[in-house]
Amino acid sequence: MYLYDAIDREFLTDRSNEFRHQVARRLAGELTEDQFKPLRLMNGLYLQLHAYMLRIAIPYGSLNSRQVRRLAWIGRTYDKGYGHFTTRQNLQFHWIKLKDVPDILDAMAEVDLHAIQTSGNCIRNVTADPYAGATAEEIDDPRVWSEVLRQWSTLHPEFSFLPRKFKIAVTGALTDRAAVKTHDIGLFLRKGRDGAIGFEVVAGGGQGRTPYIAQTVRSYLPAEHLLSYVEAILRVYNRHGRRDNIYKARIKILVAALGIEEFTRQVEEEWGKINAERADLPAAELDRIRAAFAQPRFETLPDVSDAFEAARAASPALQRFVRNNVKPHKVPGYAIVEVSLKAIGQTPGDATADQLDVVADLGERYSLDDIRVTHAQNLVLPHVKLDDLPAVHAALEAAGLATANIDLASDIIACPGLDYCALANARAIPIAQDIARKFADPDRAEKVGELKIKISGCINACGHHHVAHIGILGVDKKGEEFYQLSLGGSGAEDASIGKILGPGLSADKVAPAIDALVEAYLHIRTGEERFLDTYRRVGLEPFKEAVYAQAD
Amino acid sequence: MPKLIKLTGDPSGKDFGAEWAEDGFVHVGDDDALPEGDVILSLARFQAEGEILLSNSRRVGVRVEPDQEVEALAYDLPRLSVVALAFPKYRDGRAYTSARLLRERLGFTGQVRAVGDVLQEQAGFMVRCGFDAFEPADGATPEAWTKAAHRFRHVYQRAADHRRVAFEERAV
Repeated sequence: MYLYDAIDREFLTDRSNEFRHQVARRLAGELTEDQFKPLRLMNGLYLQLHAYMLRIAIPYGSLNSRQVRRLAWIGRTYDKGYGHFTTRQNLQFHWIKLKDVPDILDAMAEVDLHAIQTSGNCIRNVTADPYAGATAEEIDDPRVWSEVLRQWSTLHPEFSFLPRKFKIAVTGALTDRAAVKTHDIGLFLRKGRDGAIGFEVVAGGGQGRTPYIAQTVRSYLPAEHLLSYVEAILRVYNRHGRRDNIYKARIKILVAALGIEEFTRQVEEEWGKINAERADLPAAELDRIRAAFAQPRFETLPDVSDAFEAARAASPALQRFVRNNVKPHKVPGYAIVEVSLKAIGQTPGDATADQLDVVADLGERYSLDDIRVTHAQNLVLPHVKLDDLPAVHAALEAAGLATANIDLASDIIACPGLDYCALANARAIPIAQDIARKFADPDRAEKVGELKIKISGCINACGHHHVAHIGILGVDKKGEEFYQLSLGGSGAEDASIGKILGPGLSADKVAPAIDALVEAYLHIRTGEERFLDTYRRVGLEPFKEAVYAQAD
Repeated sequence: MPKLIKLTGDPSGKDFGAEWAEDGFVHVGDDDALPEGDVILSLARFQAEGEILLSNSRRVGVRVEPDQEVEALAYDLPRLSVVALAFPKYRDGRAYTSARLLRERLGFTGQVRAVGDVLQEQAGFMVRCGFDAFEPADGATPEAWTKAAHRFRHVYQRAADHRRVAFEERAV
C-alpha cells in the first residue's frame, strides 16, 4: 500500500499546526462559532446533537494494522470506546471534545491519517473497490488512481469552494462494490482496443433529495489523461453549477439541466483547451505511486487447503461463514474475508476499540498488514490464506465479529440518524436493529439470500436508501417519526433508483413490513432470483399488497 | 489608510511576501460620475465606455463578477492594468477559476485583485490561482496574509503560481 514520504508527512504536520492555532483562537473567544465553523468543517469536525463528531478520512478505504490500532486508541482515549464506519469508507467518532481535537489530529498524523476534506464543498475522500488488488476480475488496481486523485485533490486551490461537495469513486472490476454510479464522478477502469488502460467516465450521479444514476461522459479516456479530464469536469461544474440553492447545487442537477450531450460537449471543449502536459501526472510519478501498490509476495499454494477443508467439514459455523463472508481471491490458496460489523442487535458500522485491535492483529498476522473498509460499513481482510481461515474465523468469533451475513437481510446500511445527527428527522439505528432481529435465524437469512436494506434518517440519504433493494427513509410527520419504504434500487453495476411503495409507516410497523415483503418475495420468486430480480419481474403491486393489507 | 495588500516577490519561490500598497484605482459604480485618474469599472461599463477611457491616458481596470466569463476580456487584456475578481461570499469559488484562466490561458500579466468577501483563510488558495492583490474584508494585515499564504510547505498540484509541486520535489 501507499506509504507517506517526508513530503506527505510535513503536509499533515502543517495542517495539524494550522488547526491547533485555530482551535486555540476559538477556545480563547477570538473566533465566534460562525467564524470557526468553516474552519472546523475543513478538518472534518461537525457539531452534532450531543458532541463534536470527527470524521476521519480513510482514502479508498485502505488501512494498515498500525493505523487501525491508532484508531482504536483514539476511540478508547477520546471517545466512548468505539467508532462508526460510514458509507464513504470513513470512520467517525461521535463523542469528541473540541479541546482534544488538535492532539487527536497529531496522533493520527503519526500514522499517516487525517481528516482533510471529509466535509465542506470540496472534493471529498476518494472511494474505491474494497477488494482492490485481491479480486481476479480486476482490469487494473483502482487504488493507484485513487491515490493519484487523493494527492491532486488535496487542498486544490481552484476546487476547494465548489457549489457543493464532490465525490469520486473508482473501480477496476466489473462487479461494482463502490456504488460508482451514485457519485459525482465515477471511474470504471476499462481495457482499450489496443490493450492499453483507460476509464469509462460517468458523471452526475448522486442521492440526497433528488437521486440520479450517473451517465457516461466518455466511454474511453486513456488513463494517463485522468487528471486533465477530471479538471475539465470540475471546471465546468465550478463555473456553471448552481449556487443559489443548496439543494440544487450538486453536479447531478447541472448534468440533468444541460442534458448529458450538452454537458459532455462543454467538458470536451474545456478539456481541449487544457494544457494536458501540465495538467496530467508525469509518468515517473505515476510509476512511483503504482510501485506502492505492487502485488505483495504471495506464497505459491495449492488451490485446495486440506487443513481448511477438514476444519469446515467439522464446523457448520465455519461453513456458514465461508458461504457468506469469504470471497474468491486472484491467487490460488488465498481468500478475501469480509468482517461483518452487523452483528444482530448492534449498531450497523460500529466497532469497539477492542474489536478494532482484534482486526488489526488479524490483518497484520494473516492479511499482509492490509485491512479495508467497505461502503456497506463492513471491514475486509483481503489476503487471507485458506490454511489460516479457521484461525481467523475463530478469532473473529471470539470478538463478536464473525456474523455470517454479508449482503443478507441483516447486513443493513444505516446512517447514525437522530441518535447522533443534527440533520436527521428520524432514528435509523433502532430500525436497523429491529429488522436485523427478524433475520436473526441465519437459516432464514440465507434462504432469503441477497437482500440489501438501507436506512437513512433524513432526505440527505447518507444511508443510501434510494439505491437499496429495500430502502427506508425516516421522515418527521408532525413531530412523529415515520418511515417511507422504497423498492428496487441498486447501487451496484445494475444501478437503479428505488420506487416508493406507499404511505409512510410508524416506527413499530417497519420491521413487520419488511417481514411481509420478504414473505411475499419467497412466495413469488422463481429459480435463483434475488429479491431485486423478483421485484424487477413483478413490479410493486404484490409487495404493496403484502405490506398494506397486513397494516390494515 | 491603505486597504490594499499586494504580493511582493515571486509566488513560485519561498521568499514572497505581502505589503500594504497605496491604491491608485477608484472603484466606479455603473451610475457614478467618472472621476479623474485610474478607475476600476464593471464589465458592462467597460464594454460601453472602455475604448474612450483607454485612449485618454489613464489606467483602467475591470471588475468581473463570478457569473461573468473572463474570456470576454480576452482581446482587451493587454491594455488592462487590473482585473478585479469579485467574491460576493467567501464560499463562492468561481473567481479561483477566473484567476487561473487569466494567468494560465489568457496570459494576463497585470494585477489580478481579489475584492469582496476576502478572508485571510483563502490566502493560500488565492496566491496559488494567480491573485497578486487583495482587498481583505477581515482586517487582515500583510503579515497575517504572508503567514497564511506560506502555511503549507508543499503543494500537490500545478497551478498559476508555478510553485514546485510534490512530484517535482520527489523527482530531484
